Amino acid sequence: MSVVDVSGVSKTFTGGTNALQGIELTIEPGEFVSLIGPSGCGKSTLLRIMGDLIEPSSGDVVVNGKTARRARIDRDYGIVFQDPVLYDWRTVAKNIALPLELAGWDRRRRAARIRDMLNLVELNGFADHHPWQLSGGMQQRVSIARALSFDPALLLMDEPFGALDEMTRERLNNQLLEIWARSGSTVVFVTHSIAEAVFLSTRVVIMSPRPGRISSVIPNDLPQPRTAATREEPRFFELVTQVRDALHLGADVDRQPEAAEARL
Amino acid sequence: MSAIAVERPRERYVEGVKRGTGRVALFVVVLGSLWGLWEGYRSLWIHQGWTWPFVVDNTTMPHIHDIFAALGRPSQTGGPLLGTLLWHAALFTAKEAAVGFALGAVVGFALGVLPAHSKLAQRGLLPYVVASQTVPILAIAPIVVIYLGSLQVTAWVSVAVIAAYLTFFPVTISTLRGLTSADRRALELMRSYATGPWQVLWKLRVPSALPYIFTALKVSATASVVGAIIGEAPSSIQNGLGGEIVVFNQYYTLDPTKLWATNVVAALLGIIFFLVVVVAEKLVVRRAPEHVA
Ligand SMILES: Nc1ncnc2c1ncn2[C@@H]1O[C@H](COP(=O)(O)OP(=O)(O)OP(=O)(O)O)[C@@H](O)[C@H]1O
Ligand SMILES: [Mg+2]
Repeated sequence: MSVVDVSGVSKTFTGGTNALQGIELTIEPGEFVSLIGPSGCGKSTLLRIMGDLIEPSSGDVVVNGKTARRARIDRDYGIVFQDPVLYDWRTVAKNIALPLELAGWDRRRRAARIRDMLNLVELNGFADHHPWQLSGGMQQRVSIARALSFDPALLLMDEPFGALDEMTRERLNNQLLEIWARSGSTVVFVTHSIAEAVFLSTRVVIMSPRPGRISSVIPNDLPQPRTAATREEPRFFELVTQVRDALHLGADVDRQPEAAEARL
Repeated sequence: MSAIAVERPRERYVEGVKRGTGRVALFVVVLGSLWGLWEGYRSLWIHQGWTWPFVVDNTTMPHIHDIFAALGRPSQTGGPLLGTLLWHAALFTAKEAAVGFALGAVVGFALGVLPAHSKLAQRGLLPYVVASQTVPILAIAPIVVIYLGSLQVTAWVSVAVIAAYLTFFPVTISTLRGLTSADRRALELMRSYATGPWQVLWKLRVPSALPYIFTALKVSATASVVGAIIGEAPSSIQNGLGGEIVVFNQYYTLDPTKLWATNVVAALLGIIFFLVVVVAEKLVVRRAPEHVA
């Protein structure tokens, strides 16, 4: 059974923006799928529809064999936004424990899990800090720990490392892959960075705008586990080029009607 | 390890002492200046014989040291010291104000939470909440006193209710505003955890609203003292600051320093109420430093 099955999904916002049109996407267990495309092509919208944060205008989303709504209520997925979205009034430990508290875990179980999570994202010793006492990268790691804390089967990440410098980003990429390999969860990852998409994913989904649609899908056969050395391999550069070409193709298709208008 | 995350307690302590000393110094300077202004204005007007906007003499503007000296003299022949009298009066009024403040804060908060939860309550309730504040306290106070009196409620409780009447409104308005101030993405996060409205309220909306609520509580803290003092008149309560003000008002031309001394005590009471809320806010609201208003 696939983890996510999106069929015939379209989304038109009130106001008339046709953000998505005829999206078909199936994601198998354990996959790491990147969504990449120009700004405004509907990546976040698609992610939010998968997570039942908004509803599609038409089409169906099935998550773990259930409706997206049912999956949300069953807490099947963890979400990481572009900003950490931590609660200022809670310490790092309490932020990580938020979903556990809401799910009714008792104190002892929570404490044990918080320890594991702090270990995982290398934030031991920061449990009692407040979010504003952490750097941006550390805050983002807290939000990842929070999303992973309750073992969601599906992790939805919307440009989680977009605001970080290149070095921090690469380090967090490596960490994320380790976490993914260890937890065996499925990841849908929105990004603007071609290199990031190629390094992380088992499949790169390329989207093009107006209306937002999937223009191509590139399977990524880079061997696992991926390491810093992966970024030096010829196959890595080939894939980067392939994704870049596919992106430009989508963008050119998009530009044609405008160019035609300009000629008139 | 990241440097921003580490804050040495020793440095923080030194920093705190420095800031504390600075505040005390500023307080003394401001107090001294106010004293100087009062006495300067007084002597200038008396010396020049100016009569605008009012004639300055020992009745309209007594010496500040006379006002404080009055605290150490008997309030009436054979009576206790004025200071002792006002101390007990202040405690009595403080009790009324504190109970009124607590009552007003709880009712104000509840009235703010209910409408946030249902549109119906917002439409149905809010106009009356607003209207309640346009009815003058002078009209409400006797009704409260008579009504509660007929229920055999002790008189000071009526005063507390009147104080609460002046207290709850800012809390309601700020709670309403504060509850809607929660970050949109933080709300989305709650949705992703399939959180019920009750938990969203307590775990997200109320904490987000706290800075707003505390701002209102600061306004309400002083208002509750004013409410208690005003409320003592229609309840014919003698043993509070309001009672003393009424009495000393009558003897103002004979001895103005007593009324002034009572005013100073009432002001101090208001300041103490305010400071208690400030301290509570420091303890309760954990925010990034730049968010602290
Ligand atoms: N709540 C909304 N109401 C109306 N229009 C919206 C809303 N959210 C998104 N849109 C529109 O839908 C389109 C897709 O938005 P979306 O946020 O999914 O893009 P994106 O691919 O995530 O872009 P970016 O890379 O810049 O984050 C945009 O044209 C945007 O203006
Ligand atoms: Mg986006």
